[in-house]
Amino acid sequence: MSLLRSVTVKVGPPRALYVPDYFFGFPLGEVNNPTLQKSIMKAAFALLSRNDVPVLEDYLGERV
Amino acid sequence: MADVSKLPMSTRAFMKLYRWRQLKDVACTPLRKPLSESRVALVTSGGLVVPGQVPFDMDFRGGDPSYRVIPADVDVQSLEEYHRSEAFDHSGIEADKNMAMPLDRLHELVAEGVIGEVAPRHLSFMGSVTAPGRLTRDTAPKAAHLLVEDEVDVALLVPV
Repeated sequence: MSLLRSVTVKVGPPRALYVPDYFFGFPLGEVNNPTLQKSIMKAAFALLSRNDVPVLEDYLGERV
Repeated sequence: MADVSKLPMSTRAFMKLYRWRQLKDVACTPLRKPLSESRVALVTSGGLVVPGQVPFDMDFRGGDPSYRVIPADVDVQSLEEYHRSEAFDHSGIEADKNMAMPLDRLHELVAEGVIGEVAPRHLSFMGSVTAPGRLTRDTAPKAAHLLVEDEVDVALLVPV
């Protein structure tokens, strides 16, 4: 997971999901919102199928 | 949107001058089995500890490089936050510890068949380690070895 795209680009982890709509301290979006939290986690897990590392994708919406 | 401009001026100044470490030869580790059969662990930089564990040291010069083991069956909301950073809003984690250590969500994803199983042990670091020598040389390899011991297939890092 990434909250700062610019920093993630500098560090270069193999697979990262940037969450552009959420602020520092809120990596999974909203408190007590299991649907959104799981949607973000599923989007991150989806990157496991990518082997063209380093991969950095934006979270663009619900994946329920 | 979280971007550098939203950070306090002191943090922005620090980040401008900071010598960012970059991963060399980025490892490509293909998933060895379907996600629905994989064992998943969480790693957070949220500074969470189980009640009774030693809190992170807020005054450690260069940042506390230690980690805490969070068992899979812990009551997530009972976790306590010890994070020294003033660069982020702590209210989200205070209200819902799943924001940094989404163990409840992980258990639900097992029930939904999305992942195979929840690893027995998860890891909590306190971010803001500005001098990461001890972390990269000592504690991070030990932490990674712990996940290897537990035959973890996937680790999800949740930063704050």
